Amino acid sequence: MGETVIEIKGIKKSFGGIEVLSDISLTVNKGENVVILGKSGSGKSVTIKCISGLLTQDEGSLKVFGEEVKDMDEDALKALRCRLGFLFQSAALYDSMSVRENLIFPLKRILKVKDKAEIEKRCTEVLEAVGLGDAIDKMPSDLSGGMRKRMGLARTLVVRPEIILYDEPTTGLDTITSKEISQLILDIQQQYQATSVIITHDIPCARITGDRVLIINEGKFIAEGSFEELENSEDKFIRSFFK
Amino acid sequence: MFKQLPFTQTLVYMADQAYFLKSFFRNIFKKGFEWEELFRQLYIIGYKSIGIITLTGFILGVVLTLQSAPTLKEFGAESYIPRMVSVSIIREIGPVIIALICAGKIASSIGAELGSMNVTEQIAAMEVSGANPVQFLVVTRILACIIMVPLLTVFSDAMSIVGGYVASSLGGDISAKLYFTKALTALDFSDVLPAFIKTIFFGFAIGFVGCFKGFNSNNGTASVGVAANSAVVTASIWIIIIDGIVVQVSNSLLYS
Repeated sequence: MGETVIEIKGIKKSFGGIEVLSDISLTVNKGENVVILGKSGSGKSVTIKCISGLLTQDEGSLKVFGEEVKDMDEDALKALRCRLGFLFQSAALYDSMSVRENLIFPLKRILKVKDKAEIEKRCTEVLEAVGLGDAIDKMPSDLSGGMRKRMGLARTLVVRPEIILYDEPTTGLDTITSKEISQLILDIQQQYQATSVIITHDIPCARITGDRVLIINEGKFIAEGSFEELENSEDKFIRSFFK
Repeated sequence: MFKQLPFTQTLVYMADQAYFLKSFFRNIFKKGFEWEELFRQLYIIGYKSIGIITLTGFILGVVLTLQSAPTLKEFGAESYIPRMVSVSIIREIGPVIIALICAGKIASSIGAELGSMNVTEQIAAMEVSGANPVQFLVVTRILACIIMVPLLTVFSDAMSIVGGYVASSLGGDISAKLYFTKALTALDFSDVLPAFIKTIFFGFAIGFVGCFKGFNSNNGTASVGVAANSAVVTASIWIIIIDGIVVQVSNSLLYS
């Protein structure tokens, strides 16, 4: 087993008096693909937003690469984000920028790459990896739903993060495109040797991508195991996720 | 769920604005200033507003002249038209009207743009992409407004004087040289400087309100419209308040 890259112990998070995460504990090892399955509103997205430092937990400990995220200052958080990628549910492409500019944005700010040939090489390489080789000069509005997800993934990969957090990577896509994206996540993990935390409620996506699956309900993990173990669980509620 | 009282809500809202203001000033001088984005905003806010500003300024001058000419004629004071147009446009009407137009055009567009970026998680994506969203989105837009609103006002004032000349020359025989000489010699330091300074504050109010409303819009597409609308209303109110304050202060400094 590889070294631990994410270590969460008993985190809690509330919004306006409503508790969204009530007791989350999780350990993710290097190179692992961890899938978090759960219904809408169960706290999945809040969990990975806490991991990325976009939200801060109210209680508990959350360490990434051995450092407590909530204690990080601005520079430390910036350094963490050099090693951590986030694929948003909506892909969150910058509408006012072309595909090329979307890729250059994190390259210039995270890796401080200034050499034009190096920038071009990295952009082309990452677009080829997600199957969007000919889209470099397009605007996000010209891309389909599946292409936007691929493009979001390309922007995440361009800085070669060690951990990639996926927030509902297949939501809003048709079955075939969903499978393509799930396979792409798996290929990317193998090609880039990245650790992945995948938040989803898409069962085929969990089956394809997950080395380990956790089920979250009402802000707590209620089950953990391989996909097959959970699919054949004796607990009726857990089995209901896989029907 | 805990429900905030209106007074508490107002205090929280004011505290949010104070915090936003602080983070704007803090990020101006931070390393990694986004020059490229500043120039892009100067182009969008300045160059792309020239059409409407030219038209508004020109028509203001024409209308002011046409409205006041009959009354001035009655008293045999037609020769005061250039002076009346230049002083009233430069001291008061030009800056306020142009600022209100900029509030409608610029504050709403900033509010809607940042609001939609917030709703579609683009601001959060920027944060995880290692950029500082306040430095990239807020500082550049507010500075662009502070620079461009005064310049647009100066340009519009010039257009108004041209409009005044066109209207005067249609109604009577007056040479361009005589008109512009009268219009410009009527102005002195106390007319131009306070008017120019207040446009800097107008620019700040337009940029700040647009950014604050957009940055703090709630989730959901409806909030984008609310952010744009409330940016225009709030910026317009601020313009009127700033105008009142600057007039009071400049009068007490220059004429007391």
